[in-house]
Amino acid sequence: MVHGSLFPELETCNQKLRTNLTHDEFRLSWPVLWRIEITKTTADPEAKALESDIRDIAAGITADVRITRLYYLEGEISKAEAEQIAAEVLCDPVCEAASVRPAAVGALGTEVLYNPGVMDPSVAGIARSLSDLGFERVEIRTGRAYEFQFGGRGRRAADSARSLVVKGLLVNPVIQHTASPGEPVFVRAQPYRFRRNVVKLCGLTAPELERLSKEGLLALNRAEMSALQKYFRKLGRDPTDVELESFAQTWSEHCQHKTFKGVIDIDGRKVKNLLKSTVFRLTEELNRPWCLSVFHDNSGVIEFDEQYGISFKVETHNHPSALEPYGGAATGIGGVIRDCLGTGLGARPILNTDVFCLAPVDTRSDEVPRGVLHPRRVMKGVVAGVRDYGNRMGIPTANGAVYFDPGFLGNPLVFCGTLGLIPRDKLAKQVRPGQQIVLLGGRTGRDGIHGVTFASLELHQKSEEISGGAVQIGNPIEEKKVTDVVLAARDRNLFSAITDCGGGGLSSAVGELASEDGCEVWLDRVPLKYAGLSPAEIWISEAQERMVVFAEPGSVKELLRLAAANDVEATVIGRVTGKGRLLLKFRRQVVADIEMKFLHHGWRGSSKKAHWQRPETADPSVPTGLDLSGEVLKLLQAPNIASKEWVVRQYDHEVQGTSGMKPFCGQGNTGPSDACVVMPVRGSLRGCVVGCGLCPRYGLIDPYWMAASAIDEALRNCVAAGADIERIALLDNFCWGSPDRPDQLAGLVRAAEACYDIGKKYRVPFISGKDSLYNEFKSESGESLPIPPTLLISAVGVIPDASRTTTPDFKRAGSLVYLLGETFAELGGSEYFRRHQGLGRDVPKVDAARGRRTMVVVGSAIRDGVVTACHDLSDGGLGIALAEMCFAGAIGARIALDKVAGSQRFKRDDFLLFSESNSRFLCEVPLRQRDVFEGLAAGLRIPCRVIGRTIPEPDLIVDGLRGDRVVRLSASEAESAWRRALTRRL
Amino acid sequence: MVKACVLFAAGTNCDQESAYALELVGAVPEVVHVNRLRSGEQKLEDYQILLIPGGFSYGDYIASGRVLATELKHFLRDQIEQFIADGKLVLGICNGFQVLVKCGLLPAFERPFEPQAVTLDTNDSGRYEDRWVYLRVEDSPAIFTRNITSPMYLPVAHAEGKFLARSAGILARLGDARQVCLRYTTLTGDPPAFPDNPNGSEDDIAGICDPSGRIFGLMPHPERFVRREQHPRWHRERIDEPHGIAIFRNAVEYARKNL
Repeated sequence: MVHGSLFPELETCNQKLRTNLTHDEFRLSWPVLWRIEITKTTADPEAKALESDIRDIAAGITADVRITRLYYLEGEISKAEAEQIAAEVLCDPVCEAASVRPAAVGALGTEVLYNPGVMDPSVAGIARSLSDLGFERVEIRTGRAYEFQFGGRGRRAADSARSLVVKGLLVNPVIQHTASPGEPVFVRAQPYRFRRNVVKLCGLTAPELERLSKEGLLALNRAEMSALQKYFRKLGRDPTDVELESFAQTWSEHCQHKTFKGVIDIDGRKVKNLLKSTVFRLTEELNRPWCLSVFHDNSGVIEFDEQYGISFKVETHNHPSALEPYGGAATGIGGVIRDCLGTGLGARPILNTDVFCLAPVDTRSDEVPRGVLHPRRVMKGVVAGVRDYGNRMGIPTANGAVYFDPGFLGNPLVFCGTLGLIPRDKLAKQVRPGQQIVLLGGRTGRDGIHGVTFASLELHQKSEEISGGAVQIGNPIEEKKVTDVVLAARDRNLFSAITDCGGGGLSSAVGELASEDGCEVWLDRVPLKYAGLSPAEIWISEAQERMVVFAEPGSVKELLRLAAANDVEATVIGRVTGKGRLLLKFRRQVVADIEMKFLHHGWRGSSKKAHWQRPETADPSVPTGLDLSGEVLKLLQAPNIASKEWVVRQYDHEVQGTSGMKPFCGQGNTGPSDACVVMPVRGSLRGCVVGCGLCPRYGLIDPYWMAASAIDEALRNCVAAGADIERIALLDNFCWGSPDRPDQLAGLVRAAEACYDIGKKYRVPFISGKDSLYNEFKSESGESLPIPPTLLISAVGVIPDASRTTTPDFKRAGSLVYLLGETFAELGGSEYFRRHQGLGRDVPKVDAARGRRTMVVVGSAIRDGVVTACHDLSDGGLGIALAEMCFAGAIGARIALDKVAGSQRFKRDDFLLFSESNSRFLCEVPLRQRDVFEGLAAGLRIPCRVIGRTIPEPDLIVDGLRGDRVVRLSASEAESAWRRALTRRL
Repeated sequence: MVKACVLFAAGTNCDQESAYALELVGAVPEVVHVNRLRSGEQKLEDYQILLIPGGFSYGDYIASGRVLATELKHFLRDQIEQFIADGKLVLGICNGFQVLVKCGLLPAFERPFEPQAVTLDTNDSGRYEDRWVYLRVEDSPAIFTRNITSPMYLPVAHAEGKFLARSAGILARLGDARQVCLRYTTLTGDPPAFPDNPNGSEDDIAGICDPSGRIFGLMPHPERFVRREQHPRWHRERIDEPHGIAIFRNAVEYARKNL
């Protein structure tokens, strides 16, 4: 490259861009800073989508939008070279145009940049191409410029519209800002100057201890602070900041689940360690031999076949997603994928699941409190986050749910799950003194500092400012590379233990793996994204895409070589000592030296009071004589029933080529499947059936039956696809308000106890779980809004033959339609009552012993090929399930309500049609299989009635209790209502 | 023995199922990291088929396939030119098709690595979408689509698949040279609107080849329909041979006979 040529253009370049240089030095010195602008020359769907979003956020505003992609490059690059880079690397000559100019921040429209310190995933690819062209050591930053032309308004109106659009759609201050002219493009971090920070603890009074916990964002309670004080008084010294942070991380609610492990006094009855006495106890008592690893590793593992196990873990990422939906959901899925990699010696991710609980997307803007993002923006953000991370990782996302309730307005829920395939001889980790500790993957920055303790505090309006670094946007390609390396290293036996860096970062990862043996870690060896991090920050940083492995000294070299060959950074950062102490050093100086035993066992379980009183709820008055065809149509469009196709199609649900049952089924690939099936071993038909259940609205009436119903629903989904109830395992994810409220805590106890009771009767074990408490939002007025008590149940079943499954779409006319299970007047919490503005009293209950027998019949009938279509009854009850089976199959059905088991309890056709009683299935059975099917059901004494037949005309016809025609609905009309409802609201 | 190189780069994610599809029709596939071809540890000349599979090479953040395309142009150019000159086969699926187009290996009217003449632009919907589509197999020199009955039924899964030519002249030339191998269609053969044409492709183009028919790229994923249970309606329809198989079998049979 030619050095020293002068660039007259640079005269115009803003001096402030380059600090500490005089004008002349600037002109003569490398590097040079260029700005490359790329615009579309063909239609720009992104601009079009933004235009439509603009119409949505404010009535009366329309705008033409032009989007320009910006690339800032700083390095030894001449203008001609910058133009070459633009043409070869950045611009598509068929549909884009490029212009190159000296950098001028903010020169065009509204320019949006990531905040300094936010990882930009596009940079690595650009750097690789630049290096391919011979340009090394180039600094890269990307941005976007938006030009608006607001229709038919004055300048002032345009300015206020612009500011509304920027705030409401373009910029999330958590990660982005609008660039001001002259701001520096590259912020140089100052190098870190080491100081050993000792925090005064031993001499503090009790109130001072509490203040220290609060101001230091340690989130430790008074008992814990004084336990710490006692410990350090015994040592005769004050702790360092690193030590204090280690305790705060290790003792956080997120890591220790102090509420669950503590003592709860519920109306005078003492419950010690809630999970142990319910969910764990259930699994222990059931003692299923096919449960290979439960509750102790990063995922639960069940047997798949003789060679493999299936791991499954579901995590929540609620608080980050509330602040920054895209990044929160993306790093949520990224985090749970690392849980999969960190299970045993590493499981290969084979399926992602995602569940969102949000406020309705058509919530009025003035109902959204200040500091809260509009649910439509949250929804688009979280879907895009899961899509962009999961799709890039090459993991199919094929099961999930989206649940809408106004109670999630201030605090949406985001659940992400990953299933993995793991060789059974790779299930055990081994930690031994002498092993080297190797950090693999992304670099460490100030990402999510205090993420863990932050997640344990209630969200309030100021949380954005205090915890600005709490959310990152994630780099799936980095994680993909790490995955490739981990699995290859696993197969070559290059390490003996592995875990992920998640909440708490290295402090949790290394701290937990070496919790018995102890370790020494050299924090200055950790590769950093930018200079200036203190040892404490390095130790607790939650930078994404990092894994920690413990390797025998003899394997380290090969491990590092393997990583390098895949362009993954790997660094030895410490070793296992066998001394039982956590020893942290920075540039040879000790910054922490504490006993592992105290670190991991010194925390105190909480002691909390709970009081249960069933809330007083009432049935709405639903007018009689409603047109029930119309009611079915309206319910099909209810947010919780309408098709989620807009979401699901954005996920790659078929990558890896393992899909055996897709999210959609039937004639037009548009009907709702109950579960998904993957066949993870190529060439084998052995499969996993995955489903989920959640019913937050029932929780507003009674969390016990909410939990019971969620379990029943998750099991129903799997069984309706053909899973065997004998081989299904469950995961629990409790999302609750503050456990410091006696009523919330009582609900939590009831839900956990339901898990035991119902699981016991179903004889179905739990293998893993996670809780997220303090899901509340404090409004300005101080009013605290807990979310509806929510338990997500995820279910995985192993089936020997994926070709022995079925889907809900009716397959042919002339078959018998059976309803299995009994219908009760249980409309409490139902979608029908929601539609009629009420919650109701009678929440659906579960008779698990009978439910189990029903599921034995349904599952075995499907596997025997007796059933040609099967659908479980859930939101919207019988009416909705029937409509879905009809339009999915483009085949009609004629049904008589008086044939339904339990119909004698009903006086009203609508209540019978829309009751949401549990443990019910609709089955299509060919005439010739009638005796076989009824024989199966009779053997197990379950209600099993023919309620009608399928008919060639694609209409759903329902005769009411009095024999009159109450529903006549064309399948295509039903389908189009169901399919369009959500898309229309977005 | 027909050896196939399944090219792998950071972000490639359809390598295993693509290799499996090749295995099913008797080839011996090997997933080869692009770094190993660059370093010379492995050589393209040892293979008869080069398959660039789907995924998000290097994240596809600038534009799909662009970074890997730059890499092929600058580091593997000689190897690939020799490979093509030897009459060997190149198949690009989804992201692989995007790479082939962006480095000028398709349509390659006169020679490999021509300036980019066509592109795969952002879908009209503006979104990544996964759905199944019907494809009409056109009369073309492509080895890969020989003797396949229309319509084929395969899934697409992409955000950038809208086929666009730089000019009307280029589009006409593609037609004249019979280089369009696959077009989106409907079950009944009617002109496809969205979602049958899932991305707004010009002239409904889903796949093209070079004039020799030995370089072929397509947006749909044939490797995702090589067993019956991958079909979205296998529970209700009779499925004979999964439609993706033929594309791989054509390639492997050709290689066995000619290479």
